Amino acid sequence: MIINHPILGPRDAAEFVYKGDASLINRPDWQADDAAERFHEYGYLRDNSAGLHRELWFHEQGDRSWLVVTRDTTTHEITKVELARDVARAEGRSR
Amino acid sequence: MTGKNRLNGGMIDRSTSFGFTFDGVSYRGCAGDTLASALLANGVRLMGRSFKYHRPRGPMTAGSEEPNAIVELRSGARKEPNTRATTAELFDGLVANSQNRWPSLKWDAMAINDLFSPFLTAGFYYKTFMWPKAFWEKLYEPMIRRAAGLGTLSHDPDPDNYDKGYLHCDLLIIGAGPAGLAAALTAGEAGARVILADEDFVLGGRLIADTGTLADEDGATWAGKTVARLQAMPNVRVLSRSTVIGAFDHGIYGMVERVSDHLLEPAPGKPRQILWRVYSKRAILAAGATERPIVFENNDRPGIMLASAMRAYANRWAVSTGSAIAVFTNNDDGHRTAADLVSKGVKTTVIDTRPDAPETTDYETLSGATVTNTQGRLGLAAIEVTLSSGTTRSLTVDGLGVSGGWNPNVHLTCHQRGRPQWDENLAAFVPGGTLPSGLSVAGAASGAFSTHRALQTGQAAAVEALGDLGLKASNPDLPKAEDAPIRVTPFWHVTGAKRAWVDQQNDVTAKDIKLAHQENFRSVEHLKRYTTLGMATDQGKTSNIAGLAIMADVAGKQIPEVGTTIFRPPYTPVAMGVLAGRSRDKTFRPVRKTPSHYWAEEQGAVFVEVGMWMRAQWFPQPGETHWRQSVDREVLQTRKSVGVCDCTTLGKIDVQGTDAAEFLNKVYANGFAKLPVGKTRYGLMLREDGIVMDDGTAARLAEDHFVVTTTTANAVPVYRHMEFVRQCLFPDLDVQLISTTEAWAQYAVAGPNSRKLLQKIVDPEFDISNEGFPFMACGEITVCGGLRARLFRISFSGELAFEIAVPTRYGDALMRRLMEEGKEFDVVPYGLEALGVMRIEKGHAAGNELNGTTTANNLGMGRMVSKAKDSIGSKLSERPGLNEADALKLVGLKPVNPDDKVVAGAHLMTKGTPVDAAHDQGYITSACFSPNLGFHIGLGYLKSGDTRIGEIIRLVSPLTGVDHEVEVVSAHFVDPEGERLRA
Repeated sequence: MIINHPILGPRDAAEFVYKGDASLINRPDWQADDAAERFHEYGYLRDNSAGLHRELWFHEQGDRSWLVVTRDTTTHEITKVELARDVARAEGRSR
Repeated sequence: MTGKNRLNGGMIDRSTSFGFTFDGVSYRGCAGDTLASALLANGVRLMGRSFKYHRPRGPMTAGSEEPNAIVELRSGARKEPNTRATTAELFDGLVANSQNRWPSLKWDAMAINDLFSPFLTAGFYYKTFMWPKAFWEKLYEPMIRRAAGLGTLSHDPDPDNYDKGYLHCDLLIIGAGPAGLAAALTAGEAGARVILADEDFVLGGRLIADTGTLADEDGATWAGKTVARLQAMPNVRVLSRSTVIGAFDHGIYGMVERVSDHLLEPAPGKPRQILWRVYSKRAILAAGATERPIVFENNDRPGIMLASAMRAYANRWAVSTGSAIAVFTNNDDGHRTAADLVSKGVKTTVIDTRPDAPETTDYETLSGATVTNTQGRLGLAAIEVTLSSGTTRSLTVDGLGVSGGWNPNVHLTCHQRGRPQWDENLAAFVPGGTLPSGLSVAGAASGAFSTHRALQTGQAAAVEALGDLGLKASNPDLPKAEDAPIRVTPFWHVTGAKRAWVDQQNDVTAKDIKLAHQENFRSVEHLKRYTTLGMATDQGKTSNIAGLAIMADVAGKQIPEVGTTIFRPPYTPVAMGVLAGRSRDKTFRPVRKTPSHYWAEEQGAVFVEVGMWMRAQWFPQPGETHWRQSVDREVLQTRKSVGVCDCTTLGKIDVQGTDAAEFLNKVYANGFAKLPVGKTRYGLMLREDGIVMDDGTAARLAEDHFVVTTTTANAVPVYRHMEFVRQCLFPDLDVQLISTTEAWAQYAVAGPNSRKLLQKIVDPEFDISNEGFPFMACGEITVCGGLRARLFRISFSGELAFEIAVPTRYGDALMRRLMEEGKEFDVVPYGLEALGVMRIEKGHAAGNELNGTTTANNLGMGRMVSKAKDSIGSKLSERPGLNEADALKLVGLKPVNPDDKVVAGAHLMTKGTPVDAAHDQGYITSACFSPNLGFHIGLGYLKSGDTRIGEIIRLVSPLTGVDHEVEVVSAHFVDPEGERLRA
C-alpha cells in the first residue's frame, strides 16, 4: 500500500507502523463520573466496519508523524490522510 | 548434430553447443534450448512420474504452465526440486534428474499404484486412514508422503545470494507478446517511463512460436526488431526472465527476475534472482493465453501435448515431437498446428470434433471424430479414434497434439478479488469484476486472440494509459497481421472416459470429479479441496477449466454457474530464497554494536543477542572453564570493589519544552512535576489498560529538559507510545521528543570504589562527593579534561553506583580509560549475566517481571500510581479484577535445602495441595545462583505474597522433574535497607 503523507507525499506502507482505530484519539475525561465505564469502552470496544475506516498509522521510518488514514477495508482504497495532531485539535483535544 | 529430432530453422544457436545430463546420461543441446526442447530433440520424452499413480509422463506444454515435466535441476547445495523442464534454460554443464521414481524413471516400483487405481480415488486418504487415529501422524502420513511426492531438498545452505529492489515507472507492461510490444512502443515513443517484463528469455510471446507475418516480415523478426527499438529508448526498461507474480495494492506489483538461472552459477557479485517491488502509475496486463487440453481415456502418455506446444517446439526450437502426428481439436487453431507441422515435413492427421471441420488437401481431416483411447507403455505408440460414423480406427502415431481452445491468462486481474466472466463466443473466462486499480488488459489476455487484435488492443490500452498520465500518444503505425476469427465449438471431455486425466500434475481424473459430485462436494471450492484439482505447483493452469466443465456437465449446469476458484499470487512458483533476499544467516537482520563492542571483543567477551544489539554476556578469564565462574567473579568483585558495565543499549529519549514535566506526568504513573533540577526519579509506565508497559528513570537536567531511559527491549515501542500521547492525546503541550539512544554511550560504574574511580576522570571542578552529588543526583559534567558527559547517580546493582554517558564516538575511549584508571581498584568489567544476578539479589524488576500481564499492584508498586493526576493507565488499573485480595505479589524465594535450585518458570504450590492449575499459587520469573549468599535465589509472583513472608511452599516443575521446598522471603536479598546505595 501507499500512504500519501500530508507533508512528505506518497510513502510505502512498510515505512509505517499500524496502531488501530482513530477513535483512540478520543480518550475520556479521567474525572468524569462514569470515567471507569468510559475508559473500558475506550480501551476495548471497536467498530469492525466493512468499508471506510479511520485508523492511526505512525511514520516510524520517516518523520515520526502520527497520521489518521481513511481506508476502505474492502478495497484498501485510501481516501484521506491527515496529521493526527490536526485531527486531535479539531476534535477538541488540547493539553 | 544436437539430436535426432532436430528440424531446420528455429531460434536456437547451432554454433553454441551445450553438454548436459539427464538422469546421468549425457546429451547435447544448443544455446536457446530449454531442457525440455533439448531432451525432445534427443528423442527423450519420458521426463517424470506422476504424483499419485507414478504414471510415465512427458512435457505437455512449452511454457510455465507445465504440469508434467517437473525435474530436479543442478546438484549439491544448488539442487532445486520441482522445476519445469519447459522453462529451464539450457546451459553448458546442466545436471538434471527426474524425481518421484524408484529405482529409475523407466522402472518405477511405485507404478504399482496405477494397478490399484480403482481404490486410490479422490478422498481415498480421508476415508481409509481414519483408524486407528493415533496411526495418522506416525505411520500413515509419512508413508503417504514418501509414496506421493515431488523432488527432494539438498538440506545444504543455499550458496547463492538473492536481492530485493524497487522500481518506479509510469507504465508497467506485463508480457512482451504482440500486445505488450505494441503497448510498449506506443508508450515509449510518447516519452512515458515504461517497464516491459516477460517471463521468457526471448521476447515476443506467440510471435516467436508461430509462423505468420507482420507486414512483410515474419513475426519473430518483427519482435526482435521491436525489442531492439525499445531497448534503445532511455525511458524504457526491458526485462526478460522476469515474471510478474502478483498485483498488490495501489499499483504495486511483485516481480521475480531470474538473473543467473541460465548460468552454471551466478557471476561473481551477482545475485541468483531479484525480487522487484514495482511501483506503477498504470499497468497493462498482456500475459497472453494458455491452450487447454481435451480430456479423454489415457490422455497422459508421453508424446501427448498441447497442439500449440508442438508448434512452438517445431517453430522456435526446431524440434519434431513425433514422426507421425495426430492433432485432436475442437477449433481452428488446431489446424494451424497441423499446417505448421506439415510444412516441416511431418506426417499429420487432424481429428476434429466438429462435423463441419475445415477441409484441406494438405493433410487428412477426420470430422466429427474423437480420440477415445491411446496405447504405448512409456510413450505414445497409437491412438484409437471413434469416427463420426461410430466405427473406430486405430492410428499409429507417436505424437498427439491436443487443442481444446484457449484460456486468457486472467490470473493477475483476480489478485484484488476480481472475478472473471464467461465469454460464450470464446468459450472461455475473460477478465471481469473489479480489476486492480490502474490495471487494464490487452491482447489474448483480454480475449483478443488474433495477432491483429493483439496489436490493436495493446496500442489502445497504452493510449488510454497515456491519457491518464497526461501524455500525448503518437500512435506509431502497427504492421498488418493475421486477423483470423475465433471458431471454437466447446468440447471438454470424451463421454464415458474414466482414466482420463484432468489435472495431470495432481493425478485428478474425470472419474474423481464425478465422484466428488456424487459425494456432494459440489461447490467449486469443495471440489478443488476434495480432489486436489488445481492445487499442484502449476495451480491448474491447464486443468481448472476442464474440471469446471466436467462438474457443470454432471451437475447439469452451465460453466459460469459452477463458478471459478480465485487466483492468488504468485503466478508461478517462487523460490523461498528470493522472498528472504539478504535476510538470512548473519544478515537476517541488522546487528547493533555498542561503541565499546570491539574493546569487549578484545577482552574475549561472550556476546548475546538482545533484540538487534550484541551485548557482552560475561568476560571469561584464563582458567575459567564454566560461565558461572566468570559471572560469580564479576559479581563478587563489583560488590567488593568496582565493576563497569556497558548499558548503552538502554533506550534514551530527550524530552524538552516548557510542558516537559507535565508530559511526563501523563506518561508515567508516578509524578514528575515536583522533581527538582539535578535529580533523577524512577518512572513506572503503564499501558492504558493498567498493565505495566515499561520502567526507567527520568533525569531533570533543566526546568524544561529531561532525559528518560527505557528498557533495551522497549526503546522503540516506548518512543512510539510517547509520540502517540504527545501528538494524538495532548496536542497542545509544549514538548518535543527525540530518541538519543545512539547519541550517547553509557556505562554503569558500580561498587564501593565507584566514586573513587570516577573522581580520577571527572574534571575537578565537579564535586561528586556524597554531599555534592547524592543518591539520585544527575548533572552535566566534563571528564578527561573537557569532554562533555552526563552523570547519573542511579543503581541497578544495589551498590553505590553511577551511570556515565559520553557522546557515542568517545565510548570506546572512555571504557579503556576506566579500565586503565581502575587498575588500582582491581576494576572488573561485568556482563549482562552479572548485571542480572545483582539485580535479582537486589530485588529489582526487569523484563521477566514486566511480562505484559503484571500490574503495579503485582510489583508491590500500587501506591506509586498517583490518584492526584491523570496518567495513562491509571483509571483502568483501578479495576477490581486487578486488585483482588489474593493478587499476585512480587516476592523472593530461597531453597530450604541450600543445594536445591530455584528454576525460572517453575510454579509455586501450597504444601499438601494437588499439583494442578486450580491450586496454582504463582510462578518464578527470575532465578540465579547468588555468589554473595552461596545458594540459588529467585524472584516470583505469589498470591498474597506480601503477607506470606516466611512460609515454606513447594516449587514444582513437572516438565523438568523439579519438586522441592522453598521459603518465601523479601525480594531484597542484598542490602534491604539501601545503605550501600546512599554511601
